[in-house]
Amino acid sequence: MTQNRVVNDFSITVGTANGSGSSTANNTLLRALFKMGIPVSGKNLFPSNIQGLPTWYTIRVSGDGFTARREEQEIVVAMNPGSFMQDLESVMPGGAFFYPDDIKLTINRDDISVYPMPVKQLVRADTEIPSNLRDLVANMVYVGVLAQMIGIDQEKIEMALKFHFKNKERPVSMNMRMVAAGAEWAAANLTKSDPFILEPLDKTGGLIMTDGNTAAAIGAIYGGVQFAAWYPITPASSLAEALNEYLPQLRKTEDGKNTFAVIQAEDELAAIGMCVGAGWSGLRAITSTSGPGMSLMTEYAGLAYFAEVPIVIWDIQRMGPSTGLPTRTSQGDLSFVANMGHGDIESLILLPGSINECFEFGWQAFDIAERVQAPVYVLSDLDFGMNQWMTEPFEYPDAPMDRGKVLWEEDLDKIGANWGRYKDVDGDGIPYRTFPGNKHPLSAYFSRGTGHTPEARYSEEPDVWIANMARLKKKYQTAKGYLPKAVIDQVDDANFGMIAYGSTDPAIGEARLKLERDHNLKSNYLRLRAIPFTDEVRQFIEDHERVYVIDQTRDGQLKRLLTAEYPELATRLVAIAYNDGLPPTARWIRTAILEQEEK
Amino acid sequence: MAETLPMAGRAAAQVNKAGLSKNDYRGNPTTLCQGCGHNSISNQIIAACYEANVVPEKVVKFSGIGCSSKSPTYFLNRSFGFNSLHGRMPSLATGALFGDHHLKGLGISGDGDSASIGMGQFKHAMRRNVNMVYIVENNGVYGLTKGQFSATADKGLELKKQGVNMYLPVDICMEALASRATFVARLFAGNAKQTKEVLKAALAHNGIAVLDIISPCVTFNNLESSYYSYSFGKEKEGPLHDISFHQASEGPQSTITYVPPKPEIKLEADMIDGEIREVALHDGSTIILKALEKDYDPTSRFEAMRILEESAANNWLVTGLLYVAPKVASLTDVHNLVETPLNRLGEKDLRPARETIKTINDLMF
Repeated sequence: MTQNRVVNDFSITVGTANGSGSSTANNTLLRALFKMGIPVSGKNLFPSNIQGLPTWYTIRVSGDGFTARREEQEIVVAMNPGSFMQDLESVMPGGAFFYPDDIKLTINRDDISVYPMPVKQLVRADTEIPSNLRDLVANMVYVGVLAQMIGIDQEKIEMALKFHFKNKERPVSMNMRMVAAGAEWAAANLTKSDPFILEPLDKTGGLIMTDGNTAAAIGAIYGGVQFAAWYPITPASSLAEALNEYLPQLRKTEDGKNTFAVIQAEDELAAIGMCVGAGWSGLRAITSTSGPGMSLMTEYAGLAYFAEVPIVIWDIQRMGPSTGLPTRTSQGDLSFVANMGHGDIESLILLPGSINECFEFGWQAFDIAERVQAPVYVLSDLDFGMNQWMTEPFEYPDAPMDRGKVLWEEDLDKIGANWGRYKDVDGDGIPYRTFPGNKHPLSAYFSRGTGHTPEARYSEEPDVWIANMARLKKKYQTAKGYLPKAVIDQVDDANFGMIAYGSTDPAIGEARLKLERDHNLKSNYLRLRAIPFTDEVRQFIEDHERVYVIDQTRDGQLKRLLTAEYPELATRLVAIAYNDGLPPTARWIRTAILEQEEK
Repeated sequence: MAETLPMAGRAAAQVNKAGLSKNDYRGNPTTLCQGCGHNSISNQIIAACYEANVVPEKVVKFSGIGCSSKSPTYFLNRSFGFNSLHGRMPSLATGALFGDHHLKGLGISGDGDSASIGMGQFKHAMRRNVNMVYIVENNGVYGLTKGQFSATADKGLELKKQGVNMYLPVDICMEALASRATFVARLFAGNAKQTKEVLKAALAHNGIAVLDIISPCVTFNNLESSYYSYSFGKEKEGPLHDISFHQASEGPQSTITYVPPKPEIKLEADMIDGEIREVALHDGSTIILKALEKDYDPTSRFEAMRILEESAANNWLVTGLLYVAPKVASLTDVHNLVETPLNRLGEKDLRPARETIKTINDLMF
């Protein structure tokens, strides 16, 4: 054992071949550490492939509670001969390198601790494991070896496996035997020569662990989702799949009937078309997709805006343009979604900045959509959507549902012939609507994507067109009052401001602390939660000489939007933009800001 | 110029069993060309709904984009309607009919809207058995953009600005059958009575009813040689059967008064003249088919495909109910919905109880 121990502050990266069954082992590691009370985060850096290509899972252990990805890898487990040399190269000097001893490649580094593991031998020694499962459970050997070498509680590993296999006895015990075999072998045969060690903490009590797509789906269920249509696409599929998993548990009537419907559509054109139909007929409708699907949905998005149909669209962003990097994260859809459709369109966008906010916006999005009678876009991303995160437990909605301005038979009895679908009765730009099935003879109206009067009749009159577009603009202004405000973290004597949104938040939090600690640079931070920009955004920019606008794009899309909104403040804005498909690190943000500050 | 649609049987004060007069089924004046086949279809929709005692508030109209898709404003003003996007009407209707699953969809599309840009959605609405009447007002040409070939235009058709059509036509009925539509008919807009009777049956059918109605475009595709012209239809139409629709609520069946035009088509030798077939629909109503020259079994998809092949090979316009499968569950049936329309459910039905949140959090590891 070395004298300088590094406790609860390092990264573990496991390199495997895609499809080799390592996700069970990696999630088990993550969850076991979480149950030991140590703050962790896990990122699956995977290829667009089912089997064979290299894939990495990186776990950050941080007693200080940092959850952003780190670029440095202290512990590397190289299970894949195909990426072996690359993995070996990636270990930090002084780090630890674990690998199966049947990989006969030359280890050309003497600045790290090297631990070969007899993986195949240990698996074969367990004669009860069927041959077709050997490769899958082989991954548990490295879990066991790591357990012994860095100090993971085997009881916590068993808890994680029980969760993973939903308490099924056989797979749990089979996997646990491999963990035990790995740990026993390591105890007898390896001598620890690296400094990395875990010690139990009490920093995860009361937290839950889940992914953003599951959180969004469960949030939508608490928001009373009634209709969902979707088409499979990475990284959004798991959102709709979570609806399919949790809706039957939460939303069946006592006699087993459904208060919801979920349809896997033939494509994204149809998925959003179904949602627009459902939203128009009075249902809380949701679809979820990613960039390529958003492109296809654009046509119906424009109709929903113009015909004023509430729908909720989750865009789990991945790297574009085009098919891009389908399994890598990005924030590149922002400018596209901000005006999604042809003609003059302004979109309502929610920007969750944590897994818990994915849940919260999951239900709030419906209230906003129905109140404003417009599509509401929620921009999450692959990093939130598909990775496991520690988060505060979901909180039951703290407000009743807002179904917006709806007229039923008894309302029409009172209003009578004065009703008009697009009449601005209240002066807020938001009209009243009725739903099919309303039995009142005056309830019906005819919706269209063409020009229409306040009474919903076809019109090509210039004045009618101008008036309707002006009302839509007014409605957009009204909508600001229903959107979540930005979250602002202010300190005394800040040197500059930062504006960002979404999954860059953990890296920004860490960068701010380290900029202050190491460089005495203090910052105020505004985390945007919605577009259109609300008044506090302008105030924040006005309050700072320099505002760094951070996003995961090539072009600094958020800065461009802010520049267009506040041209007179544009010189204060500096884009910190970078987009390589990997979750952002604090180092990137810190380095980029230091470069600017030294100018 | 606006043309007000003529109404059959204008007796002003007359009401049907729903207590409604014909006026209650009317729409706005048409803005299509005078003599357009689509106008006669609108008229037959009004007549069929009136005669079948349909409550307009129980029908939801849908359309895509094109001349045909403009027509839903020309009938049933008391029904909700949505003029959606080009080729995307089926998806919108699919979602909208979940709002209240007791409603009936009535979609109007065209050959461009369904057989070209909307082919994918058209076929998927079939396989899902969406509970709607899906009318394709088929004239083989794009009218609203001034006379381009559509996907149903015959190969070799010559049009003024377009030259000669080089590609083979799509057969709407064949596509519907291949996609497992549960009710498929081919009709001719010039044959008002048959259109009306099939419409009534289609409205009573539980699931999707595709009516491919040959509806001549008097402006761009009405040359005698064209399959989609009035003269071709009038000369070459061969109804499979004398069809009438009998509602369960009407009491004993009345005699059929419909006399079809004399068919030009000579089918095969072993014809059984005058055979009567009845098909019972889910709501207790009956379609009565009196075969004209040969018995035809409309419950056989194979027979339907065979007669389509045969008529295509011989350039016949065979009309009538080609296929019906009355007992297939519709889309909303298979979703096992609560009886109350989903759009009338409130917060207590839709938001899980407060105590469930703990259970859910406990599931998140």
